[in-house]
Amino acid sequence: MLGLNKKDATLLLLVAILALCAPFILNPFPEGSALAQFNAGYPDLMQRFVIFGIFAIGFNILFGLTGYLSFGHAAFLGVGSYSAVWMFKLLSMNVIPAIILSMIVSGLFAVVIGFVSLRRSGIYFSILTLAFAQMSFNLAYSVLTPITNGETGLQLTLNDPRILGESATADGSIPVTNLFGLEMRSTFQMDVGAWLFQFNVGYYLCAFIMLLAFYLSLRIFRSPFGMMLRAVKSNQQRMRYTGLNPRPYTLAAFVISGMYAGLAGGLMASMDPLAGAERMQWTASGEVVLMTILGGAGTLIGPVLGAGFIKYFENIFSKINDNVLHGWFSFMPDGLEDFVVGIVHPFIGKGWHLTLGILFMLVVIFLPGGLVEGGQRIARALRKDKSDDKSNAKSNPAE
Amino acid sequence: MGILEVKGVNKRFGGLQALGNVNLSVRENTVHAIIGPNGAGKSTLLNCLVGKLIPDTGSVMFDGNSVLGRQPHEINQMGISRVFQTPEIFGDLTVMENMMIPIFAKRDGAFRMHAVGNMMSEKDIVEAAEKMLVDMNMADKRNMHTASMSRGDKRRLEIGMCLAQEPRLLLLDEPTAGMARADTNNTIDLLKQIKAERDITIAIIEHDMHVVFSLADRITVLAQGTPLVEDDPQNIKGNPKVREAYLGESA
Repeated sequence: MLGLNKKDATLLLLVAILALCAPFILNPFPEGSALAQFNAGYPDLMQRFVIFGIFAIGFNILFGLTGYLSFGHAAFLGVGSYSAVWMFKLLSMNVIPAIILSMIVSGLFAVVIGFVSLRRSGIYFSILTLAFAQMSFNLAYSVLTPITNGETGLQLTLNDPRILGESATADGSIPVTNLFGLEMRSTFQMDVGAWLFQFNVGYYLCAFIMLLAFYLSLRIFRSPFGMMLRAVKSNQQRMRYTGLNPRPYTLAAFVISGMYAGLAGGLMASMDPLAGAERMQWTASGEVVLMTILGGAGTLIGPVLGAGFIKYFENIFSKINDNVLHGWFSFMPDGLEDFVVGIVHPFIGKGWHLTLGILFMLVVIFLPGGLVEGGQRIARALRKDKSDDKSNAKSNPAE
Repeated sequence: MGILEVKGVNKRFGGLQALGNVNLSVRENTVHAIIGPNGAGKSTLLNCLVGKLIPDTGSVMFDGNSVLGRQPHEINQMGISRVFQTPEIFGDLTVMENMMIPIFAKRDGAFRMHAVGNMMSEKDIVEAAEKMLVDMNMADKRNMHTASMSRGDKRRLEIGMCLAQEPRLLLLDEPTAGMARADTNNTIDLLKQIKAERDITIAIIEHDMHVVFSLADRITVLAQGTPLVEDDPQNIKGNPKVREAYLGESA
């Protein structure tokens, strides 16, 4: 199917089903229950899941296949966002031209940054990309204010020309992003008993693009080009003496992953039309590295899982505060309750980074292949149980 | 006129004259061994042939074209393949994938964006790789990851990868260094078989005299960066100059 073997087609189908049913899957707890806290099925967060999924899928093409660890990918994310917002300001509120422009511009940036950075490998490459990203961040923050609107961030105004659209709607407000008239923010709500499921146009557009991005990365992984990228990671010396030039291969991978990042940035701006310099900061670059490693670098599905995992923590754990904790532990005697809340306190709310950090360390130490390796181990253990049963059944009569 | 002509090559590293006026002519379809004591400049010479080093003066012609100033991958595309002292293979990939990469390089050149096709559906490449694995007696290891193979197997795979490109000149840099006796003998047999079955010129740098005298048609002895003699194997054995270079003047 679609030029994929059975295993890959199954994987793609699985991702498609998960993306399609996300509003149900992420909302397992009824509204108003104590656990509704853990529901993630609201449009804003679901959009972020898939957008960062795209970002991480693209990053994985570079890092997972060639082993080149870029610490500056957020620069492309930011460039993508700025390009998209400019498109909304100048052309129209349709997201398609914005997304296309964000990919083109970030691709051009990637050619320049990649051309220079890829002259070195290993830690030097990482530092070069980091330097470029920080330069971009600082430029966006200060010198390039006419383009980026500096600290405030780039926003839409009523005075924007929007040649193919309208500067302001009939009632005098800023128009919203749309796909040929279909508004990104429009959400269909479905009440089923105590549950409230939300189906958001923006989310489904992002999910559809994420599926395309995932499919393309599947094809790249299985292609001769993908094999050459793995050869780059494995042994560049042998590659050169086999008549292959590693440089254009790594540059191509760098540009592709930069365009993925630009696409993610463009989608972010399409969901919420503003762009700020902080999107390019090194912490944002570090985040995608964490996502990829946490999920499993070099695996197909890993980066998507990692992105979902981290974004879930960021949004759900950070919202738990002391009041919620007191609610949970209210069954305990007063002194004990305060004590337990005191212990849990550093790990929640603003302390979610601590929880994430500990989880990250545990994963890297015990599951070097990331969450995917964890899944594989569980699957293997289950299969082993089954085959043990079989062999026992066979050997029993002989005894 | 040989397929590889080295003329008047000099290479200096600071105060050290690594190669001094080296002349070498490798005739087509022969096995030419380059021997010499440690520090004689054998590896430096080899690196000058494959584009890793550029000689200070002199010329290196392969089949009538100069290789000087070209990148290693360009020299490979001209038809020179190199086997390293420690086997250089793609450790993270399977044996089959290792074998396919050189065949892709031969067919598609140094770079080609081949990003959506499936590599296993490239029939001609898969077939050529499978045939080479059979020739190398490694078909049963097809799906093995190369990192877990023995040194002898890695060497065999590396030689197979070089042969898969059908090079006109195969350069071997101490192919049996650090090998157990049995692996060394296997490698000698493999090289003898290659010499018998293929139209290929082989230049070999080697320490082990057993290997050299089992394979070579012609031998060049290097000492202190200069060729001492170039002769047939039977004349090299008794040559007093060679003994002196290897054992010192007192011998």
